[in-house]
Amino acid sequence: MSEKEVQELERVTICFAGDSGDGMQLTGSQFTNTTAGIGNDLNTLPDYPAEIRAPIGTTFGVSGFQIQFSSTDVHTPGDSPDVLIAMNPAALKVNLPNLKHNGIIIINTDSFQSRNLSLAGLESNPLEDGSLEAYQVFPVNVTELTREALKDMDLTVKIKDRCKNFFALGMTYWMFSRPMETTEHWLKEKFKNKDDLIKANTLALKAGFSYALSTEIFTTAYKVPKAAKKAGQYRNITGNQGIAFGLITAAKKAGRELFLGSYPITPASDILHELSKHRNFDVKTFQAEDEIAGVGAALGAVYAGSLGVTTTSGPGIALKSEFMGLAVMTELPLVIINIQRGGPSTGLPTKTEQSDLLQAFYGRNGESPIPIIAAAGPADCFNAAFEAARIALEFTTPVILLSDGYIANGTEPWLIPDVDKISEIHIKQPPTDEKYLPYKRDPERLSRLHALPGTPGLEHRIGGLEKEDITGNISYDPDNHDKMVRIRAEKIGRVNRFVDDPELVGKDHGDLLILSWGSTYGPILAAVEEVQKQGREVSWCHLRWLNPLPINLSRFIHNFKTVLIPEINLGQLLKIIRAEYLVDATGFNRVRGLPLRTSELLAEIDLILKGLE
Amino acid sequence: MEKTTKLTKEDFTSDQETRWCPGCGDYSILAQMKKVLPNLGISRENIVFVSGIGCSSRFPYYLETYGIHGIHGRAPVIASGIKLSRPDLKVFVITGDGDGLSIGGNHLIHLFRRNIDITIILFNNQIYGLTKGQYSPTSEKGKITKSSPYGSLENPFNPVQMALASGATFVARSIDRDPKHLAATLDRAARHKGTAFVEVYQNCNIFNDGAFIALTDAKQKKSHLLKMEHDKPFIFGENNENMLTWTGQKFSVISSDASENGHEILKHNENGSGPAMEFMLASLSHVDHLPTPIGIFRSIEIDTYDEMLTKQIEHAKKEKGDGDLKKLFTGGYTWMNN
Ligand code: SF4
Repeated sequence: MSEKEVQELERVTICFAGDSGDGMQLTGSQFTNTTAGIGNDLNTLPDYPAEIRAPIGTTFGVSGFQIQFSSTDVHTPGDSPDVLIAMNPAALKVNLPNLKHNGIIIINTDSFQSRNLSLAGLESNPLEDGSLEAYQVFPVNVTELTREALKDMDLTVKIKDRCKNFFALGMTYWMFSRPMETTEHWLKEKFKNKDDLIKANTLALKAGFSYALSTEIFTTAYKVPKAAKKAGQYRNITGNQGIAFGLITAAKKAGRELFLGSYPITPASDILHELSKHRNFDVKTFQAEDEIAGVGAALGAVYAGSLGVTTTSGPGIALKSEFMGLAVMTELPLVIINIQRGGPSTGLPTKTEQSDLLQAFYGRNGESPIPIIAAAGPADCFNAAFEAARIALEFTTPVILLSDGYIANGTEPWLIPDVDKISEIHIKQPPTDEKYLPYKRDPERLSRLHALPGTPGLEHRIGGLEKEDITGNISYDPDNHDKMVRIRAEKIGRVNRFVDDPELVGKDHGDLLILSWGSTYGPILAAVEEVQKQGREVSWCHLRWLNPLPINLSRFIHNFKTVLIPEINLGQLLKIIRAEYLVDATGFNRVRGLPLRTSELLAEIDLILKGLE
Repeated sequence: MEKTTKLTKEDFTSDQETRWCPGCGDYSILAQMKKVLPNLGISRENIVFVSGIGCSSRFPYYLETYGIHGIHGRAPVIASGIKLSRPDLKVFVITGDGDGLSIGGNHLIHLFRRNIDITIILFNNQIYGLTKGQYSPTSEKGKITKSSPYGSLENPFNPVQMALASGATFVARSIDRDPKHLAATLDRAARHKGTAFVEVYQNCNIFNDGAFIALTDAKQKKSHLLKMEHDKPFIFGENNENMLTWTGQKFSVISSDASENGHEILKHNENGSGPAMEFMLASLSHVDHLPTPIGIFRSIEIDTYDEMLTKQIEHAKKEKGDGDLKKLFTGGYTWMNN
């Protein structure tokens, strides 16, 4: 064994890529848990095909898992990987264009035979044709070495070959100085009572580690020291899990049962899956016959006294919009969650986009205002869901929560909150000793008091027809309608008095203000930090509530030479900001189904700042 | 649902003015419902009426219970949410042939198969009333309406067959002009545990007057209408002279004097005569020269969705203990940063 160098790095991005059946998501999540456990900050992005069993070996069957980890703060899964683990030619072909110049590629050479090359649409073997010259290539016969490691085990070749991702994982553990215990422990849990599988995968893992340690090809191991994160207990969380936890918490804190009415749709279904597990929290999940039934059942549950929620993606919102209008008219606290994906129509189901903002604002008939909140990242989904529920209940209004495919499936460390410190949600009940007036309002929030069925003496009828102010009786009176339209708008307009203003990073005047919302938070934060490091000035405000817009924005938005709004759409917030504030804001728009890239943003900021000099 | 001191139909009358056309069959259904409700022994605050859109869907406004007037075709889903959220409530759905079978057909069949404890009353007037007279999914083929000046090209639905086929556990039919039969049917439906469905033939005297005249007119009805009764033979006719019998392939009419013809007497069995018999009965129609049956086609009891959901929750609590947020958050892999 030769003496090997250990080099310290601040941050690294790795991409594990292979065929859908190669277990790359699992490999990635194991690497993530181990990395979290040794105290690095991190952010991940799984990228898998829309097809459930895409043809083996093809480029559209490639499944990837990217993780960025660091000894300092991490806000994104990384623009371009430093290291690519390519389990087959298709994975190499798909991910190579993204790899950093002089990046490391670990290749499973056993899968680079002519059949796989042609399935990947490669005319020549990249291992031989010189196309990888710009990179550091480590060819490893992973399949063969895995079989060799398991030669004494009485398992079929097929099962042995399934362990090869653990061999690859073992190599990366050595390369980045990670311990194997977390994964070994996980294997024991996962394959409880299947001793041969525990043994086989553990052997493969260790064999990969030893191989990297002892062979000549890897000369350097890397170390990424612990990040200085806020003290406390952490776990990794995906955005969808964060939403599920936030909803359960809100229901508990409001003393209501949680009811989810939902229809399976990518990328929102994981919220349904997660919530279905928690019946012991009085969580009722109802898999409805369609999107409309999902929201309708949720609204019925709200009427009867539950915290009612419906989860979906853009196409589902299109179907639910009539019910959302009913929730506006009946002023019932319904939480509507849209995990945005690429559109229009079926679009790009497994990819991310921010293109449903205008749908959330205006996608209903009539004057139909609904508060809109957007989550900024996986961990933030917890708070965003909790706040959406709080505002819905306190204001007796539907609320739309926007997330997207990127943060729904991506993970980051979540500082587990102290349950006792999370504030209660107070819901006012109508008095039973006076005549019940369904549309009498709280003077501050303009919310109404909803009498729950089962309360004697408060029997009443509500519905989608226009209501008379205060009594809630059906009314076709023109002036009453005008009044009610304005009251509904005013009520939503007041939400910003009861939520925190977003933080303004930097000065409240200057050359450039960046304004953003939703999942672009991470890439923009990384860009802003970089610009500030260079000693240049830029201000940034990331919106949490989009409807209504925050109170503080009007105080500073006019104080900048340029307002830049980066979005994963063609400029939807841009339109709203221009209309609301009459500022000549400009957009930065990429609609590739992927998160924004920090490097591209940096280039754009650079261009603007230079132009202003 | 606790017992209260006996309420009257006045107790169930809301302060809202009824706004159906004078002479509409809906009045009769409302009147019978007000008679039935006090007998159920359920207090007003524990009853919720849910409706969609259409003439029938104004129904909840006229009753002094909780009520929600929803959107077109979607009453079954709102009702499902209410019942699953609060199994202690008695939930009714009021719908029509357009609302329930056209725009909302999908929801209705899924409610039937789930067997959530909800009572559905479908007012079938074979026309769109509120939108002023287009053919509906139960209008007869060839019907001339504003939207079908050359005659409708569509085959009508048979709502009872649809309910039977989708697995509803209580399926019945009644008629607005027979208050006694209607009240008795509504009462049975309301007491059924599980999804109960009642189709009510309802006359729309403005856009489809006389659609059921053969079944309501004193002179004709005896020979066209068959009132099914449990464990009784299928007897009908001007002087009860006819009886239905089953030949093994179809129904035929024989004399009701059984001793005369030596046939085995076929008797009605509400509690599960099997899908084939139920379905064949539902297919009978005076238009095809056999009597149109009213009464209960099926009344069986199986576990309801709402009961099973409650059991799952109880079971989960027993297994895992009451939900504890701290445990939820820290379940799975966690680590400390110091
Ligand atoms: S239009 Fe027909 S169904 Fe509607 S209220 Fe008038 S009579 Fe009744």
